[in-house]
Amino acid sequence: MRLEYFEMIDRITAVDDNTLTAECTVPAAEGNPVFTGHLPSFPLMPGVLLIETMAQASGWLLLHRLNFTRMPLLASVKEAKLRSFVLPEASLEVHATLVHDGSGYAVTTGRITSAGKKVCEVELTLRALPFPTPELAAMVRGRARALGMAVAEPA
Amino acid sequence: MASAFDRIADLIAETSDVPREKITPDSHVIDDLGIDSLDFLDIVFAIDKEFGIKVPVEAWTQEVNAGRAPAENFFVMKNLAIRVEELVAAKQAPSV
Repeated sequence: MRLEYFEMIDRITAVDDNTLTAECTVPAAEGNPVFTGHLPSFPLMPGVLLIETMAQASGWLLLHRLNFTRMPLLASVKEAKLRSFVLPEASLEVHATLVHDGSGYAVTTGRITSAGKKVCEVELTLRALPFPTPELAAMVRGRARALGMAVAEPA
Repeated sequence: MASAFDRIADLIAETSDVPREKITPDSHVIDDLGIDSLDFLDIVFAIDKEFGIKVPVEAWTQEVNAGRAPAENFFVMKNLAIRVEELVAAKQAPSV
């Protein structure tokens, strides 16, 4: 994870049409600006960034389903439950599951576990919009490859 | 079984802050009921689940934006109910 760059996912380990599993490791606290503020003398992974991590896993799942033709963007967050603290250097497994594939939107659930224990879960709605720029589309495809996804070149 | 209109009106009342009694067949979902695009996504999700269909909101929006159909065709409650009934019927029709 590179929290200050919003790069929350380190590696995608499995993906099919309905589910995605990914891994990430929370960075060390020392010298990390996020942990400087959250929290002073008690570094703790912010809950909003855990939600962002689950949203990004859902986004990669939808990109896979859409063959990278559209950009999923977070539209709503429901039923978020943050069950336990996440400390620096924790290893996380992130799961995204498709709940409903709608017209121009999708509903997913996200879940994070650490050492086999539930950390958090959420229900998310993402809109799927045309890529605003070709540069972003290319960057997203490149990032997907770096994370371990198979990405075909656009026709 | 309640009519499509009643089921959709119930879903809107449950999903948004709009009182059920305010929702009439002539209500425009956006102009009269004040549903914004995010709330409408929730309502579409509820309709999709309730009726087992996929409401083609994007195609409808494209038709309206291209001037091929008035917004009322899709977003006035009585017409929305008809569109949903058509989608249900199309789903139930045997494929050839």
